[in-house]
Amino acid sequence: MIDNNFLVFIPLLPLLGAILSGIFAFSHASDEEGPNNKIISFISCLAPAAAFLIASLFFLKLQSLPVDQRVLTFKAYEWIHVGNLNIDMDFLLDPLSSMMTIVITFIGTLIHIYSVGYMAKDRSFARYFSYLNLFTFSMLMLVLGKNLPIMFLGWEGVGLCSYLLIGFWFTDSEKAIAGNKAFITNRIGDFGFLLGVFLLFWSLQDANPNSLDFVSMKNSISLLSPSTITAITLLFFIGAMGKSAQIPLHVWLPDAMAGPTPVSALIHAATMVTAGIYMIVRLNFLYSLSPATLSFIETIGLITAFFAATVAITQSDIKKVLAYSTVSQLGYMFLAAGVGAYSAASFHLFTHAFFKALLFLGSGSVIHAMSEEQNIWKMGGLWSKMKITGATFLIGTLAISGIPPFAGFFSKDEILFKVWESGNIPFYIIGLITSGLTAFYMFRLFFLVFMGSNRNDDQHVVDHIHESPMSMTLPLIILAICSTIVGFLGIPHLNMFESWLEPVIGNLPKESADASHLMEYFLIIDTVIVALIGISLAYVFYIRKNSILEKIKGNQTLQKLHDFSENKWYFDELYNKLIIKPLLGFSDVFLFKFIDKNIIDGLVNGTAKFYSAMSYGVRDIQSGKVRYYAYFMLFGIIMMFVYTASKTS
Amino acid sequence: MIAGLQSYLLVSAILFFIGVAGVLTRKNIFIIFMSIELMLNAVNLTFISFSRFMNNLTGQAIVFLIIAVAAAEAAIGLSIVILIFKNKDSLSVDDFDVMKG
Repeated sequence: MIDNNFLVFIPLLPLLGAILSGIFAFSHASDEEGPNNKIISFISCLAPAAAFLIASLFFLKLQSLPVDQRVLTFKAYEWIHVGNLNIDMDFLLDPLSSMMTIVITFIGTLIHIYSVGYMAKDRSFARYFSYLNLFTFSMLMLVLGKNLPIMFLGWEGVGLCSYLLIGFWFTDSEKAIAGNKAFITNRIGDFGFLLGVFLLFWSLQDANPNSLDFVSMKNSISLLSPSTITAITLLFFIGAMGKSAQIPLHVWLPDAMAGPTPVSALIHAATMVTAGIYMIVRLNFLYSLSPATLSFIETIGLITAFFAATVAITQSDIKKVLAYSTVSQLGYMFLAAGVGAYSAASFHLFTHAFFKALLFLGSGSVIHAMSEEQNIWKMGGLWSKMKITGATFLIGTLAISGIPPFAGFFSKDEILFKVWESGNIPFYIIGLITSGLTAFYMFRLFFLVFMGSNRNDDQHVVDHIHESPMSMTLPLIILAICSTIVGFLGIPHLNMFESWLEPVIGNLPKESADASHLMEYFLIIDTVIVALIGISLAYVFYIRKNSILEKIKGNQTLQKLHDFSENKWYFDELYNKLIIKPLLGFSDVFLFKFIDKNIIDGLVNGTAKFYSAMSYGVRDIQSGKVRYYAYFMLFGIIMMFVYTASKTS
Repeated sequence: MIAGLQSYLLVSAILFFIGVAGVLTRKNIFIIFMSIELMLNAVNLTFISFSRFMNNLTGQAIVFLIIAVAAAEAAIGLSIVILIFKNKDSLSVDDFDVMKG
């Protein structure tokens, strides 16, 4: 059985990989060739793969333990000990973090392998892998941390890596700006998170020891008043909004598509954006005590899910469609967390990680084949030329649309069922419509890319279309298999996933009588029918006859709706008008032209002017001529002699 | 006839004031430099004389210190003079007045 000490190696190995690749990247920074790609890819794929191995061994160990003892901890060293604040470098492995480490390292490893093929011709190969490993490290710290400060360390780390990777091709200023946007938006969320940590620390100051770790927090929860809990959970949720791209902090995620596509798959679909969900599930004992926060989360999640789905319908960039679908699916997870179905939220996180990574990697393969073209209106008919990519992409599309037996069906259905169970029927209906929209835009994407005939004008590009190399298709195949089967972990009434997470999220009320079973089956059929409607609509719109599209373009109202959706509900424009423009104006007119020019500069220059005026007249004595100084000295000495002589006599 | 302490001190004072006069009246930086050395050695002579007449070796020890310092000062001073000459093309101290207020 694996010793607890090895827990530290799960994050440590990717960190070592990052440092090694980083050294390679630095030492070859000025070379024309760059370092040897083979060594780099070996080191940096090995690190997450080994971490995955260790994580799997820990999973097996956890499984062999009795249910109520499934908590492994390892204290690496003492970190901050001040007064009664004791924060240690503690790692915690329980069913939840075990699930997360396996997802991160497994999908992470596949994406590393995929990147070897995808980034093969890039000059900054080593730098790329260094960032990617660093990201894996941060994410593992986030999920393995036993207390909030370590979690925050990982939380900031993934934000940083996200910034580095979005702006990876930083010579393109548009991409560099996208990186800044992600970082700044995340900072807003992180600020909320940090305030939450401070407030929690402050209100727990009577607890002894105040270690901010999840286990002792759970025990001292009675020290908190309900209003404090609401404030803390809301602040934490602001952090989750930033990291998991919920309205109104979602704006960075679609722009994050400026980074290399495998990065979009790893960070902006499978792992980093799920940090918010993970945090809420981890702190579920706090959230459950605050119904106000939960209903707020539920509302935000639902609005985000619906909003993103409506935007995804009209996007023309393949990665933007997927980005908005990610935002929408994250909304679903928050919706589930909001109704208290933490297990359903984690389950959707789990399945979504697989099929969204698959879809992104598939889109990367498509973009690669299309000579970096991302506009779906310039694609089409790729099915015959890229069979593996096409087939795996279809599986991903079916999974996200919620068609049984693919993974997304089980998780999304569970979420919708829990929403229904909570009695909030309008929310259920909007969720159902969103699920139909999801099926529609995903199949729109699939049909436009893979079906029909190619619409690209450049014959050279069309001739060049080819299947991607093995290192890229292999991860696709593995992810496609996973997307097909992982859903069965959460079959209703036999929910292995839920019982696995039970030690973390506590005993859930057992499901009620058979009547609700009947209801559940009805709801399942419901969701499938809605998804099928969405798919058939997409088929009618984009395969059968395009004349419907022409008619829509003719209609004024529909055209306006279309523009509204295509411009992402004008969120960016709104922020520009409401926040950025006034801020810039304030900085320019008040801070720069008034405060800086008049007050700061006035103080600095005024000091100089004051002394200049004071020294008027005396200044000429300092002539700079050494001999005059010597005369003054002589005079002074003589005067001293005269003085002492007059005193003594 | 053995000269008394007073005559030594007199020589020393004369030397010192020749040095002071040189520093104050001459413009050539080398002459000023030499005058400073003259003043230093006048002081040395005073130390030696007192040391000799009062049977105390401390004065002689200090003289060695002063000679060492004077040597170092000469080395640094001369190199500074060379640098100044390179920049100003002049040896007159009246031209070196960039430090004026």
